Amino acid sequence: MYKIAKEKLPALFQLLANEQELILPIKNSGQVNFGLWDEEVEVDLTALNSVKSPKDAFFPQGESLYTCKKDGKKIEIQQEELRDKDFVIFGMRPCDYRGVEVLDKVFLVDPVDSYYQARREHGIIVTMACSEPEETCFCKVFDIDCADPKGDVAAWLDKDFLYWKPVTDKGKAITEKVSSLFAESDDKAVETIQEDIRSIVEKLPYSNLSLEGWGAGKTDEKFDSPIWESFANSCLACGTCTFICPTCQCYDIKDYNTGNSVERYRCWDSCMYSDFTMMAHGNNRTTQMQRFRQRFMHKLVYFPTNNDGMYSCVGCGRCVSKCPSSLNIVKVIKRFQEEGGKAN
Amino acid sequence: MSECTCKKDYTLDTLVPQVGVITDIRQETPDVKTFRVNAPEGGKLFEHMPGQCAMVCAPGISEGMFSITSSPTNKEFQEFSIKKCGVLTDYLHGLEVGDEILVRGPYGNNFPVETELRGKDLLFIAGGIGLAPLRSVINYVMDNRENYGKVDILYGSRSADDLVQLKEIQEVWMKTEGVNVYLTIDREQEGWDGNVGFVPTYLKEIGFSSDKTALVCGPPIMIKFVLQALEEIGFSKDQVYTTLELRMKCGVGKCGRCNIGDKYVCKDGPVFRCDEVDSMPDEY
Repeated sequence: MYKIAKEKLPALFQLLANEQELILPIKNSGQVNFGLWDEEVEVDLTALNSVKSPKDAFFPQGESLYTCKKDGKKIEIQQEELRDKDFVIFGMRPCDYRGVEVLDKVFLVDPVDSYYQARREHGIIVTMACSEPEETCFCKVFDIDCADPKGDVAAWLDKDFLYWKPVTDKGKAITEKVSSLFAESDDKAVETIQEDIRSIVEKLPYSNLSLEGWGAGKTDEKFDSPIWESFANSCLACGTCTFICPTCQCYDIKDYNTGNSVERYRCWDSCMYSDFTMMAHGNNRTTQMQRFRQRFMHKLVYFPTNNDGMYSCVGCGRCVSKCPSSLNIVKVIKRFQEEGGKAN
Repeated sequence: MSECTCKKDYTLDTLVPQVGVITDIRQETPDVKTFRVNAPEGGKLFEHMPGQCAMVCAPGISEGMFSITSSPTNKEFQEFSIKKCGVLTDYLHGLEVGDEILVRGPYGNNFPVETELRGKDLLFIAGGIGLAPLRSVINYVMDNRENYGKVDILYGSRSADDLVQLKEIQEVWMKTEGVNVYLTIDREQEGWDGNVGFVPTYLKEIGFSSDKTALVCGPPIMIKFVLQALEEIGFSKDQVYTTLELRMKCGVGKCGRCNIGDKYVCKDGPVFRCDEVDSMPDEY
């Protein structure tokens, strides 16, 4: 375990950024999002959630897959260069780190998505404990301990110091490069931080939400419930929940004509949109109820069915605070909990 | 950091297609063409199994999933029978022999030709362009005749002009021993002396013995009534296979749109046994 005084953090960022790109939470116009560090930016390590999740460090909102050039009848294709340079992503929250683990289950299973894999191999994640979890947080429901971050490096912040614990080989390698700035620390300070965090988490309103009745193999019990209809009436189909979500991975593949070539790119898409499943001979999800149900069934039933019970919600609370219609996964879980007997 | 290993381990990403060249085009019906595709240097682009699909991409237009209609026993080329019904298929219908297209795949599972179907009497039931995926199996069975029992093929379309692969049906399938072909069209037509009537009705009229294994493909409404008809004449759900079709972008179970419950049609399908289909939530 190492520590560094908070006022020395700019020197740490500088040193990290000398070697590779450094991505961290930056405040801009009052909003915090992950972005590239330079000396001018305002780093914000206190904001609990970035507006967008940091998933686009690995799964960007838009990315080119390959370029096609036509020469008469001939077509030539050139795959986009894969990421081949390391980068550090600093200050990812434990829930968002679980989000990356969820994305791994999608993109790293056969056939591996090489664009994603290259970024994962070159990304070094410094995960930071949540000193002050908020009322919208419910990571505990998914067995995430936000006092004990997983990642290549685990970090904690108190009022004077940042504590730094290398976890993986990648984490140890990066630690060696910046260790000149660190002092050794015993575990006591971090243990105190952890106790404080856990006592806050215990009191959070959603921490004791029950997932009973959800999980692998529960499709039949939930699919035909009238509860979906009652929610879907207020869903605007704006897709905000899917874009800010750390685990939503639906994507579209489209073409961009550059004038002398065609770039095929991938971009985030949303199961909330009416044309998402539209094809020449029809659409199998024609109502917002079906689309709304798809999103929550995917996170709480279908994904666990295919991934040894792992949920694809991490309890970050972004949808809780950002949905313009105040619809969210907590409400869904609660309503089913309350009306469980009747609905089934 | 440790030495980068990515470039060594990565093959071309599955989302990146190969270049294929169109080496033959057959006008099957007024709105269906069969495209023969080869690698630019000759030979096939890849090996596949009957029932599998591939993404056919037209740069600047879009890409779409099509069943590979040729049998894997064909060692020279692959074929796609494509109905003109949207932006991409309009474009493909405008292509000529010698034009290059992009193809990626094969994707999905296949009809269990080497397991469950071995030694069985097979009943193929197709409607319209639905013959495309079944043709791959039929020709696989023809080329490995000794491994399968009797073969019955019931094929129907709107009119005599809409029957796909008619030449092959008449010149090969109808002349193969142990193979019976039943054709039907929806409405009376001059010059047609075969059966007239919908596929499900004709199916019940013929009344096949229920110890066969049925493979069904066609428009959703036909599939629905064929399954009912099969049940009426004594087939159980686990004797019937069909294919499902939903919107797809990636073909590998990651883009998130072709799922029915926890199953992805692109990866876990497109071939499903009907008892599996029955156990899925009603959203297809």
